[in-house]
Amino acid sequence: MSNLIEFVGRVSSFGFRVIGDGVRMPFEGAQILNHIIEAGYKSLPLVVPAGFALGTVMTLHTRNTLMTFGAGAMIPTVQALAFFVEIGPLVAGLLLAGRVGSGIGAVLANMRVTEQIDAIESLSIDSFKFLVVPRVLACVVALPLLTLFMDFAGLLGGYLAEYSSSGASFSLYIRRAFADLQWANFVAPTLKTTVFGFIIGTVSSYFGFTTNMGAAGVGRAATNSVVVSSLLVILADVILVKCIFFAFPENAL
Amino acid sequence: MSGHTGPAVVFDQVFKAFGPNHVLRNVSFSVPAGEALCILGRSGTGKSVTLKLLMALIKPDQGSIWVDGDDITRLKPAGVSKARRKMGFLFQDAALFDSLTLYENLALPLRRLTQKTTAEIDFAVDDVLRHVGLAGDKDKFPSSLSGGMRKRAGLARALVLEPRVLLADEPSSGLDRITASEIDELLLRQKHDKGMTVLVVTHDVHGARRVGDQFAVLHKGNLIAHGTASEIESSGDETAQKLISEDYPA
Repeated sequence: MSNLIEFVGRVSSFGFRVIGDGVRMPFEGAQILNHIIEAGYKSLPLVVPAGFALGTVMTLHTRNTLMTFGAGAMIPTVQALAFFVEIGPLVAGLLLAGRVGSGIGAVLANMRVTEQIDAIESLSIDSFKFLVVPRVLACVVALPLLTLFMDFAGLLGGYLAEYSSSGASFSLYIRRAFADLQWANFVAPTLKTTVFGFIIGTVSSYFGFTTNMGAAGVGRAATNSVVVSSLLVILADVILVKCIFFAFPENAL
Repeated sequence: MSGHTGPAVVFDQVFKAFGPNHVLRNVSFSVPAGEALCILGRSGTGKSVTLKLLMALIKPDQGSIWVDGDDITRLKPAGVSKARRKMGFLFQDAALFDSLTLYENLALPLRRLTQKTTAEIDFAVDDVLRHVGLAGDKDKFPSSLSGGMRKRAGLARALVLEPRVLLADEPSSGLDRITASEIDELLLRQKHDKGMTVLVVTHDVHGARRVGDQFAVLHKGNLIAHGTASEIESSGDETAQKLISEDYPA
């Protein structure tokens, strides 16, 4: 138990340092942009097909049930609400934790083991600000954008599944999908992924930056980055959903 | 240039432990400006830790470390950063940034820490790469360099900010005799041509005797001998005599 408390304290302290250094000059603009491309743009080949497949499968699973109750017209609405409110943000977060979190953990751990971080310090460059802060900020910026791609890919997948069954027109599907969707259903859940991004970036960087176990530490950092950040994203989701319901009571469906 | 006229480097009763492992015990020595000190000793006796303490990459548990007149153990982060500017560090495995080309490895500190224009940075990088014999390799990534080239590149990066003190951790480890000798020659040139103070941690007694003016011999965390080669040879300490003997295997 004391180890857990110590771990939480260390990661929290690491996170506060990210925030403090993130608002302190000089801003690592080029580094941040590079990492946004790495975390965001290069994750699209994973996020878009995953969203598309999930959207298709979800429609295939829910269609029969909704048709049984005579609610076939609700299929686009259910699809949109499910994706924009929960599936898009959460799955995009978990995918980012898997792809980018493991990468951050492994790269930073490798840099630690091969003394590259010491080399950066020896050149009078603040290694934390140079290596950690841009990676965390990139996750914070990239994840909401990836979530949007996942949401719309899921909607497209759902439409194609529906089209193959009923031949519904695209404009009708989209009209029904957005008919009951409020801005609060869209904005708050999408913005909550900035918190997921912060968690993924911070936890993964923590494991990579602080490893002290040689080559074995690289693998361990990568694994821990994925496992712990995924777990924390799910826990954070529970808390944030409660917060969103508190802030927007009309969203509590 | 600094106005400091005393020794370039002073270790004063430095003590360092990692948990129960006492790596350095009350180690004291100094290095006059413009001279080369080679630190010798068996593996695990605290030689590399000595260099990392000097670069303020780790902190001593006790004692003071002075670099060019500044006690780096008592400096705030901004002061530490300023003190590091006076030093260049050649790491054991070069520690080049593997995602950057050789040019970018050297240009990075220049871009961040100086006001040089792009043209001036290009000139400075080309100049230092030519100095270490890597003029035609600036677009290569570290993974495509041989061991000797990596050492040269690491040395080039250590020199690119024109430090006053050069620290080299096992500069000849893993290299054949000829390549090791070329690296030693480069270290000597820093001392002779640029008046740089040089601290070398090495197992290579042959190279150390070529480069060093003074020698410090560490054994089980203690400094058992410090002085010129002849002073240590006549010191009466058998371990120190053995470690500085040219017959001692590298």
